Amino acid sequence: MLLEISNVSKNFGGVAAIDEVSFSVASGEVFSIMGPNGAGKTTVLNLVSRFYDVDTGTVKFVSRDITSVPPHEIARAGIARTFQNIELFERETVLQNLLITQYIHRKSNVFSELLFLRSVRQQEVHSRRVVEDVIDLLHLQRYREQFIHALPFGVRKLVELARALCLKPKLLLLDEPSSGLNPEETEDLSFWIEDINKDLGITVLMVEHDMNLISQVSDRVLVLASGQSIALGTPSEVKDHPDVIDAYLGT
Amino acid sequence: MRFVLKTNYHRDVALFRDKVQFSWYASLFLVVLCLPLLSGSYVQSQLTLVFLWSIAGAGLMLLVGYTGLISLGHAAFLSVGAYTHAILMELGVPMFASIPLAMLLCSVLGVIVSIAALRMTGIYLAIATLAFAMIVEKIVKNWSAVTGGNAGFKVPPPELFGWELNSTAYYYVCLLILTLVMLCVSNLLRAPTGRAFIAVRDSEISAQATGINLVKTKALAFALSAALTGLAGTLLAHQWHYLFPDSFSMITSIKLLMLVIIGGLGSMSGVVFGAIFMTLLPDGIATVREWLPDYIGNLPGLEPFTFGLLLIAFLIFEPRGIYGRWQKIRLFFSQFPLYRNKTFRRQKSFLRTERVH
Repeated sequence: MLLEISNVSKNFGGVAAIDEVSFSVASGEVFSIMGPNGAGKTTVLNLVSRFYDVDTGTVKFVSRDITSVPPHEIARAGIARTFQNIELFERETVLQNLLITQYIHRKSNVFSELLFLRSVRQQEVHSRRVVEDVIDLLHLQRYREQFIHALPFGVRKLVELARALCLKPKLLLLDEPSSGLNPEETEDLSFWIEDINKDLGITVLMVEHDMNLISQVSDRVLVLASGQSIALGTPSEVKDHPDVIDAYLGT
Repeated sequence: MRFVLKTNYHRDVALFRDKVQFSWYASLFLVVLCLPLLSGSYVQSQLTLVFLWSIAGAGLMLLVGYTGLISLGHAAFLSVGAYTHAILMELGVPMFASIPLAMLLCSVLGVIVSIAALRMTGIYLAIATLAFAMIVEKIVKNWSAVTGGNAGFKVPPPELFGWELNSTAYYYVCLLILTLVMLCVSNLLRAPTGRAFIAVRDSEISAQATGINLVKTKALAFALSAALTGLAGTLLAHQWHYLFPDSFSMITSIKLLMLVIIGGLGSMSGVVFGAIFMTLLPDGIATVREWLPDYIGNLPGLEPFTFGLLLIAFLIFEPRGIYGRWQKIRLFFSQFPLYRNKTFRRQKSFLRTERVH
């Protein structure tokens, strides 16, 4: 198992955002989390990427306990993520946004960088090679030198995905990748996710609302409602589960 | 319009975009190199001041313009740099050793201030740095056995390897140091650490998700910024000959902040623009004073008033500063007659959920 979450709870004040949730993501699968608003889906992602501390329970990644690892260590451990409301470095170009990911692989220090020694120059050239591969993969060539604040929403989402890929993760967390995209862009997105999963061999854990997208790409789905897991299975199993229909439509 | 074709990654890493850009910078350097031969001592000393304020501004720009941390207390680093250097020289330490020592002390102080910065942003950080600057000012004022207090401290003349530097030699020393500072900072900004600063500025949460340690990065930004401003302080000491605590008051901090805002946040050329502007402004005001009727021209508060008015005008009409205006003018001519007025306007993006409200 790549990611194992066991009996995790998280409270905000008196509200139990996540209540004793356990699930595990196998290496190589696309795992989706769905549920009505306020079910605690994003909280799960924030717990995995360590922006929140868990109250009880453990989070294990590649059989290493990451329950109390600082958030900036998560990328190095092999987990990358995107955000629901796009968190890009707005005043920089697409290329610079992607190059930032190479920070974790740097061998240079401040002094060698101040003098821009040969080794730093070679490191920079290497960083560009890594980044250009991802640019080619997601067809971002024409946006390479453009500033983020001048890009349309759909492209920004793609740039965020590209940035996560540049980290070369084992596990990719996607927080509502289709929100704000039109049907055509969502269609494209499902192909990207498949490519990322099949060709690059990256395991995907995503939070999503769009049932079509979920059925198209995911192997297994976890349904959360009010912080509790109510169903786990293949997309078709989950769709017909009585508790899931209850949670969405009410009784 | 000029197109730059990059045929390998080394071109993309390079400091200058192409030979044209390089030759512009090279010719600017040559002009500045020859100026002392052509101009009088007044122009020369004003230019030396421009260089020194540029170095101080480069330090603050790294912090405010690139890391997004505001500081209203940078005069403190200027003051620590200046006094440490002057005192060490008085004790017989040679100039090439006392400058690095003063810079080191400043960066240690910068790291200490950064510990406060980790918990604060925006206006709270501004007030914390202001408090720090006031503490330093009070210490300098009251520790008169060492600093001379309000009576002032006479700075020994600049001396390198037994040579006393005259004002022309000092001009070249300052020019050389400014060039090195600009090169080093530009190098840093095209390397991982510089990008980490920018990442912290634009989105802390995202910076963390890409593996950037906020604590270390902010401490490093403060240390570098303080060291550079301290360096400017050491050199200013010789230019001013006498050090007084009042030379490093809150007004100096605000002037430094104005320098980077008016120059253009997030650009190293902006620092130089800002420094030129800040050095010329008092002269400009003095000239205008003569044309004005006496009852306005002789008002004592005219200078701070003009500073404040210009700062507000810049914030409203050109938040990107002189550098931003320069970029717009350049683009206007390179794209003439196709320039669009809205090229630089930021596009607002809304999520579907936000549009509903």
